[in-house]
Amino acid sequence: MHHKYTWRVGVLEVVMILVTLIYVVPLYLLVNVSLRASNDPAPALALPTRITFDNFAEAWERGNLGNALVNSGVVAIVSTVLIVLFAAFASYPLARSLRRWSKWTYYGFLAGLLLPFQLATIPLYLTMRDIGLLGSVWSLILFNVGTQMPFSIFLYAGFLRSVPIEYEEAASMDGAGPFATFWRVVFPLMRPITGTLAILNLINIWNDFFTPLLYLSGSGQQTVPVAIYAFFGQFTTEWNLVFAGLLISVAPVLLLYFVLQRTVITGFASGLKG
Amino acid sequence: MTQVAQPATPLKAGAPNAKPRRARAKASPLWLFVLPAALAYVFVVVWPSIQGIGLSVTSWDGLSAVREFVGLDNFVRIFSDPQSFAATWRTVLIAVVVTVAQNVLGLLLALGVNSRIKSRFVLRVLLFAPVVIIPVATSYTWRFMLAPNGPVVAVLQAFGVENPPDFLGDSKLAIWAICVVMVWQFTGYSMVIFLAGLQGVPQDAIEASYIDGAGPVRRFFSIVLPALAPAMTINLMLSIIGGLRVFDQVWTLTNGGPGNSTMTISTQLYQAAFRFGEFGYGAAIAVILAILVMIISGIQYLALRRQRGL
Repeated sequence: MHHKYTWRVGVLEVVMILVTLIYVVPLYLLVNVSLRASNDPAPALALPTRITFDNFAEAWERGNLGNALVNSGVVAIVSTVLIVLFAAFASYPLARSLRRWSKWTYYGFLAGLLLPFQLATIPLYLTMRDIGLLGSVWSLILFNVGTQMPFSIFLYAGFLRSVPIEYEEAASMDGAGPFATFWRVVFPLMRPITGTLAILNLINIWNDFFTPLLYLSGSGQQTVPVAIYAFFGQFTTEWNLVFAGLLISVAPVLLLYFVLQRTVITGFASGLKG
Repeated sequence: MTQVAQPATPLKAGAPNAKPRRARAKASPLWLFVLPAALAYVFVVVWPSIQGIGLSVTSWDGLSAVREFVGLDNFVRIFSDPQSFAATWRTVLIAVVVTVAQNVLGLLLALGVNSRIKSRFVLRVLLFAPVVIIPVATSYTWRFMLAPNGPVVAVLQAFGVENPPDFLGDSKLAIWAICVVMVWQFTGYSMVIFLAGLQGVPQDAIEASYIDGAGPVRRFFSIVLPALAPAMTINLMLSIIGGLRVFDQVWTLTNGGPGNSTMTISTQLYQAAFRFGEFGYGAAIAVILAILVMIISGIQYLALRRQRGL
């Protein structure tokens, strides 16, 4: 009875589709406005009178978006690779070793889950300034790697404790050292968490605004969110141009999302973002 | 090699050193595995956080050689200056409003797409999409929508509303506009966490409730809601902490205006330290934020522990 498609389910279906259509109106506008000329007389919600792709070319050039996309890509990818490697290596002894230092080190990392990064913001900014990293993408990479350690190690160590130790024992019986055991046996076993962490980090780092605003402002180097912030400041009322710039900026992550929707959603649903 | 060969039991307090299983095992380099992570973590999080607490009791401007100790003056100033006091309470208000709205909507949408409707998979993907978009970009999209000559005003006028307000330019309305944008962006996030929680709802109890003739409302409150408690806790914590830390949406929608009416803790911090060079004062604002976040995290930790019967 309750497995059938009843009229109640039909009503719910119609309601949910309507709600979702209203929900995605901003996304529709983003595409719609970026595809029209600035003098298009059609109301914002209506389709363009004539579709043009000129806005994209102009936004790309005047917003220096190519450079920003490359910077964002470098920061997101290098940070993510380092986060995954550092956290995976660290979690191995922290989850497996019974020594006292490893237990307390683990708790030390977990304490970072409670701290908002704003507490460290000002002193870290001054340190970056003093060692000359301001204006360089390396300051962002360093920041991302450090701030993401607690959550990443927490996920890896939790996962590792549910993995039976027999594989590792077999490897070490065969004479493999800790490094070989980790790299050939343990790290491949942790692949599901590695995937989740990679996706969460790529998206969150790509979207981060506050830290690059702080570390890169005034330099020629910008990441995407800061570039569109500056771009908007310049072309405030030229919405078709602004929206073309926004669409270029969100396209890489949206593409990743639509291709890997299941993985992205379950990754986020695993609870904590940090 | 030595520790690795030991059992996979959880770490025990004061466990003795693992016995080498093989005679040729040597001193282990396992601490080397932790070193890169620990260095990055200490450099970026631990040491600057300690410095931040130290900085909050000085009046340092980030440049002069002397750091003058001023005790709790910076904190007194936060609570005695009407503007920063207002910003602190406004941030708490944003956090509460966003949390309530985002979770109610997120739960309703989760129940909707967890039903037997045919479009449920497509709808999930669309409703979650705003979560992955750069907040700066969503904010500008909403700035366009809420502008005095934008589509929202046009729709209101079409429905006969005379003189629709300038949402972002009105010092009473702007904060609500910011809440709307935040809720729109992150409701999909709450939804997927509730969806994951709904997988844990006991199906046999649901079947039994049909046989007993319980209605959907009764079924929701007696079976579904209790099973959602952990998801609810995680959602509440994520949205409260996200609300307390809000910066991007405020900075790009209103820049704290009009007339400072939408300044929050994070924008205060940014302005004090990076516009006016008051690093000591900015650090004190950060300490207040950290205390608020830690209280919420502590409550969440205790609640989860109780719900999971640990």
